[in-house]
Amino acid sequence: MSPKTLYDKIWDAHLVHEADDGTCLLYIDRHLVHEVTSPQAFEGLRMTGRTVRAPDKTIAVPDHNVPTTLDRANAETMTEDSRIQVAALDTNAKEFGLHYYPVSDVRQGIVHIVGPEQGWTLPGMTVVCGDSHTATHGAFGALAHGIGTSEVEHVLATQTLIQRKGKNMKVEITGKLAPGVTAKDITLSVIGVTGTAGGTGYVIEYCGEAIRDLSMEGRMTVCNMAIEGGARAGLIAPDEKTFEYCHGRPNAPKGSNWDAALAWWKTLYSDDDAHWDKVVTLRGEDIAPVVTWGTSPEDVLPITATVPAASDFTGGKVEAAQRSLDYMGLTAGTPLRDVEIDTVFIGSCTNGRIEDLRAAAAILKGKKIAVKRAMIVPGSGLVRAQAEEEGLADIFKEAGFEWRLAGCSMCLAMNPDQLSPGERCAATSNRNFEGRQGRGGRTHLMSPAMAAAAAVTGKLTDVREMM
Amino acid sequence: MDKFENLSGVAAPMPMINVDTDMIIPKQFLKTIKRSGLGVNLFDEMRYDEDGKEIPDFVLNQPAYRDAEILVAGDNFGCGSSREHAPWAIKDFGIRCVIAPSFADIFYNNCFKNGILPIALPQEQVDILMAEAQKGSNARIEVDLEAQTVTTSDGTKIAFEVDAFKKHCLLEGLDDIGLTMEKAAAIDTFEASASAARPWV
Ligand code: SF4
Repeated sequence: MSPKTLYDKIWDAHLVHEADDGTCLLYIDRHLVHEVTSPQAFEGLRMTGRTVRAPDKTIAVPDHNVPTTLDRANAETMTEDSRIQVAALDTNAKEFGLHYYPVSDVRQGIVHIVGPEQGWTLPGMTVVCGDSHTATHGAFGALAHGIGTSEVEHVLATQTLIQRKGKNMKVEITGKLAPGVTAKDITLSVIGVTGTAGGTGYVIEYCGEAIRDLSMEGRMTVCNMAIEGGARAGLIAPDEKTFEYCHGRPNAPKGSNWDAALAWWKTLYSDDDAHWDKVVTLRGEDIAPVVTWGTSPEDVLPITATVPAASDFTGGKVEAAQRSLDYMGLTAGTPLRDVEIDTVFIGSCTNGRIEDLRAAAAILKGKKIAVKRAMIVPGSGLVRAQAEEEGLADIFKEAGFEWRLAGCSMCLAMNPDQLSPGERCAATSNRNFEGRQGRGGRTHLMSPAMAAAAAVTGKLTDVREMM
Repeated sequence: MDKFENLSGVAAPMPMINVDTDMIIPKQFLKTIKRSGLGVNLFDEMRYDEDGKEIPDFVLNQPAYRDAEILVAGDNFGCGSSREHAPWAIKDFGIRCVIAPSFADIFYNNCFKNGILPIALPQEQVDILMAEAQKGSNARIEVDLEAQTVTTSDGTKIAFEVDAFKKHCLLEGLDDIGLTMEKAAAIDTFEASASAARPWV
C-alpha cells in the first residue's frame, strides 16, 4: 500500500463515491449546528419536503448571539431578531429530533467547545459545522471543517458533502516552547509565516515535539486557527493524551466498542514516507509571546517588537498595512509594549477552555485590573462550573473582571458585548478584522496569559516579566 | 440553485487584499432567518457612516458603480467566516461575478451554491481587469461561463479555469442536494459498512 497522510486515511475511510472528474461524496459522522447559519437550511428542508437523514449524528447548540450576562434567562435581554433566531433553533432541534443543548442546559456553550466536551468529537471522524472554526475539532485527529448554509442543508438531507480532496501540508514545530509561550503563540506565529492565504487549498497537519507536548486544550487552540491561515482544516494525530481526554465522555464509546475504537484510532497517523505538497517548519525555541498589531491575523509580531511601517511591506500589503495602521490608530516605530488597552476579553472557541482560564488566573491572582473593563466568558457552562470549583472565578472577580455565562460574546459581538469606536481590546479570540468586535473597535489578538497581563498593566505587556 | 447566465456588465474595482466576510456583511445582519434582503447592507461599514448616510467615496456609492454586476478585487477575497450571508448579500445587491487573484475556500464554494461565479486569475490579468473597471460605467466586461472567458470593452479576451462539475451545476441551475439524493443507494451501502466497521460512530 502506498504511504498515506492522516488526512488521506480519514478521507479514504469516508469516501462514498468518486466521480470521474474527481468530485467526491464524503460521509459526515458529526454535524454540529448553531442558530446563526442554520435557519435557512432547515427552512430549505421544509420547502422541499426533505428531512434530516441522521438526527442522531446532528448536535444543536445556540451560542453566537445568546447573551452572556447573568440575567440572560430573562428573554428581554435579547434583541427581537436574536430571540427569533434562537427560538428557530429550538423549534428545529425539537421538530427534527436532534441532540440539543438549550441555553438553560449547563452543558450549553460554544459549539466547538461543547462537541469535544460531550465526546461527540472523536478521532478519525468527519465533523462539519456551519462555522469556519470547526477546524478546532482537528485536534482529535478528526477531519473537521466549516461549511456554508447550503452545505448545512446538504448534510442535513444526505449526511454527505460534495468535496474535492485538498492538498497535504505539514506544519512542524520542533523542540520545546520557552516559558510564557503557549499554543496561541504557536498558531499565530505560523500564520505570521504562512500568511492568511498560505493554507488555501490545503489541509494542515500540525506535528513535532512542541505540538505533542501540548494538552488537548492547547491542540484545539492550534487547530482552531488553521482557518485564519487559509486552511479549511487542521489536524493533529491522536495519541495517548487524546484517548485519555475522550475516555469516559458522555458520548464516547464504552466497553468493547471502546477497545475497537482505540484499535482503529492507533492507526491514525501519517506514514513516514507520506507525500506532502508543502512543508513549513518552525523551531519551538524561536517562538515568542506574540500580539497582532493590524487587522489581519497575519499581522503578528513578538511583544518585544515595534509597530511596523507600511513601507516595510511589498505589493498589495503596503496599502493594506497602511489601512490597518490607520484603523488601529498606531504609529510606526511605537514599541508594542507602549500601546495602551481599554478592554480585555478572555474567551471564545480559541481560548475559552479551562486551561486558558487557569493560565489567566495564574497571572491575575491577587492583582487588580488597570483597564476600563475586562470580561471572562467561559466556553461552556461546564467550563464555568469547573472554574468556580477550582476557585478561579473568585480570582477573576477580585481582580475586577466580569464573570460571564457561556457563549461567543465579544468574539464576534453579535450580542450586546461590543467594543465602541476607537476602543482598544486585548482579546484571546481569533479575528482582528475591522469591526469584528464592534464598529470601529480595535482588536489585538494574544494568548490568555498575555491578555491577563495586559489587564493588570493597562498596556500590551510581555507576560514573561510577570512570571 | 440559480442559473448563471452569461453576463455583460459594469465591474466595480475594489483594489484591496484580504477583503474579509466581516467587511462584506457585518455580523449585525446575520440575525436574519431569510436569505434575501441583505443587498442594502453589503459592505455596510465601508458604505455607510455611523448615522447610516452613504460614504460618497466608497466604490458602490459612486454613480458609475451603483448597478455593478461584477466586482474586481485583490488577493484572498472572502477570507474569514463561513457565513453564506456574504454571497447572499453580494447576490442581493446584484453582483453575480467576483474576479480576484485568489479566494478563501469556503467563500469560493458558497458562491457556486448561490449562482455567483467567482473567477480566480493571475495577478497580471486581474490588473488588466482592475484598470478596465476603473474606467467606470462605459467599460462593460463580458463574462462567458460556457466558453470560460472574460472580455474587456476593447476586446481583450482572458480565459479562466473552473471546476467542470461546478460549471455544469451553475449553467444548469442544478440543485446539488437533489443530485446527491440520486446516489441514496451508495450512501445506504456506505452507511451499512461503516457502521459495521465503526459501530461507535
Ligand atoms: S467563539 Fe467566535 S470564532 Fe468561535 S464559534 Fe463563536 S463566534 Fe465563531
